[in-house]
Amino acid sequence: MSGLDQVVILAGGLSPEREVSLRSGNRVRDELTKLDVDAVVLDADAALLTRLAAHRPTAVFPAIHGSCGEDGSIREVLDLLSVPYVGSAPSACRSAFDKPTAKSLVAAAGVATPASVTLPRETFHDLGASAVIELIVARLGLPLYVKPSRGGSSLGAGAVRREADLPAALLSCFAYGDTALIEQLIQGTEVAVGVVDLGSGAQALPPVEIVPGEAGYDYSARYTAGRTEFYVPARLPERATRAIAEAALTAHTVLGLRDLSRTDLMVDASGTAFFMESNVSPGMTETSTFPLALEASGHAFGDTCRRLLELVRSRGVS
Amino acid sequence: MVASEIRALFAVAARPEIVSLAGGTPYVAALPLDVVGDLVGDLVSAQGTTALQYCTAQGDAGLRERICDVMALESVEAHPDDVVVTVGSQQALDLLARIFIDPGDVVLAEAPSYVGALGAFAAYQADVIHVAMDDDGLIPEALEQAIAAVAASGRRAKFMYTVPNFHNPAGVTLAASRRHRILDICQRAGLLVVEDNPYGLLGFDGDPMRALRAEDPEGVVYLGTFSKTFAAGVRVGWAVAPPGIRDKLILAAESAVLCHSSFAQLTVREYLSSQPWREQIKDFRELYRERRDATIDALARLMPPGCTWTKPAGGFYVWLRMPDGIDAKAMLPRAISARVAYVPGTGFYADGSGGQFARLCYAFPPPDRIREGIRRLAGVVEGEIELRQDFAPGLPGGLGASGAAPRT
Repeated sequence: MSGLDQVVILAGGLSPEREVSLRSGNRVRDELTKLDVDAVVLDADAALLTRLAAHRPTAVFPAIHGSCGEDGSIREVLDLLSVPYVGSAPSACRSAFDKPTAKSLVAAAGVATPASVTLPRETFHDLGASAVIELIVARLGLPLYVKPSRGGSSLGAGAVRREADLPAALLSCFAYGDTALIEQLIQGTEVAVGVVDLGSGAQALPPVEIVPGEAGYDYSARYTAGRTEFYVPARLPERATRAIAEAALTAHTVLGLRDLSRTDLMVDASGTAFFMESNVSPGMTETSTFPLALEASGHAFGDTCRRLLELVRSRGVS
Repeated sequence: MVASEIRALFAVAARPEIVSLAGGTPYVAALPLDVVGDLVGDLVSAQGTTALQYCTAQGDAGLRERICDVMALESVEAHPDDVVVTVGSQQALDLLARIFIDPGDVVLAEAPSYVGALGAFAAYQADVIHVAMDDDGLIPEALEQAIAAVAASGRRAKFMYTVPNFHNPAGVTLAASRRHRILDICQRAGLLVVEDNPYGLLGFDGDPMRALRAEDPEGVVYLGTFSKTFAAGVRVGWAVAPPGIRDKLILAAESAVLCHSSFAQLTVREYLSSQPWREQIKDFRELYRERRDATIDALARLMPPGCTWTKPAGGFYVWLRMPDGIDAKAMLPRAISARVAYVPGTGFYADGSGGQFARLCYAFPPPDRIREGIRRLAGVVEGEIELRQDFAPGLPGGLGASGAAPRT
């Protein structure tokens, strides 16, 4: 039992990533159960505090994606309860979850990130959308990539190749959040780099190259088996592979992340790695890149989850 | 299964924190569950060797007799031999599609039409052609035009699918004055009518209407279900068809499932034989009438100008039309964030149109939750109107979500 008397996996929540989170959480539970760890999945709902009190977990594995799971709020509650958990502290979650903030911090550490602007919907309303859109295109050019400043799974995100398509992309974006991050679109190789710390310091896992179909790496491509091809390690020159590993470790460090993270990057034709975002609660589904990278590096998925929980138990409450 | 954003949103909508006006979920808590529990226990104790055994693909003979009693309320004179029991009426739709539809065959259906039927027809690659409705249901002239247009294309529709009473999703009912005309048009065209009637006994005013099948037993296949009048979970429905079609349905059912659940069938049979089921339907009617009233009242008080909606005289659904330019599917994430859910109209059209509409189901939430849900929805629609106004000048070809660029 490795001292793990009772493990709680938090999954679900009320964000649009609920379904994915439940798949992640159930997979973590199943892998831990195979290792004889007594693990249950709990939802982040009105019954959670009562259930946590009843279960008195040795440690918690948060697998909630999107708001609540990644903005630090549920971890603040776990801290209030003095329950140890896998992953980053609330303040680091807040920095990582807000993509513009994360971009600024990571860029200040010397990692390239696409030029961008961040604007709330009120700005378009107050100043006039057309005028603001003209300024955006004049500054950033085309093509662009529009996404909510907070959130994940590509929900509300999309590429824009013509100025006339930018209003529609912003509308899609504002369906999922009130602030838009508008970036220059980087063309190249999309990679996800997991970082894990199993007690001897943070290490980058082999980069996973993502090759989606023609529709791009959207929600469907992310979570439908067979829709996207993955290459582990990414088919990149050694220099670029080193650069993205260093970028992911830099992001993990400067954002103050802990235990595990996944950083998404684009590598352009010159081999420059551009930071896109970091995730404090990476997907753990059968089509997620973090477990793929773990397995490729020789870390069994279940063993890694158990090891992280054991370390957390030793670390205690932060 | 293909992951989709809409499915992801509905996964959230199922949570109790969300006021869900989405799923067509009957309020089974209104049943005398203790009585049903005793009935099920007695069934296993006294008739377990039958209830837990195989049966025929056509279904239990005693249940089919009781089904004829139910249909008599809508003036359908059927013999138990004409009845085929199915797994809800959804399986009857699947079996009919399997029997009749080859890839590319035409099926006529109302605009909008029941999403489950469209799914069943799509599985057999039917070409669904929609026929317009108004507040009195299917428009006869539109039906004539659709039949003529199909004929002009060198094809012939396999059947015309209709939900004449308290339509899902539109909430409207085919007026009595139109029923003979619709049947006459179909008869002259040699067009089989598939009458799907889950809600016919749940009218709020007066006696049930005469079923189309009552007027034309040879030209109409009637589909019924106990999902709305007893319990959706027992999954018992039925089809009544002319003998040639009935025999094919039985063979298709046998091929699909060998036979249906004896346990479920006998549960329904015993319920109909021993319980005051007509009184229970009255209770359901009163319950749903109160919820319909709460819905209509809240819509009238809260929705912004430009919204219109149907006023159902029975059943479960209100069909809400949004102001011009609003896309209900694109708006859904904002609604879920505001903790209210509905079904975007696009699912009720085979060609994916209908984005300006939303289906609201008032059957499950109690009236106070309905009012709260519509208050939230009104706020979401107001926000969406403002958003669209901000971005409208720059949008090419209208404001629909179809203008969104593909993701790369």
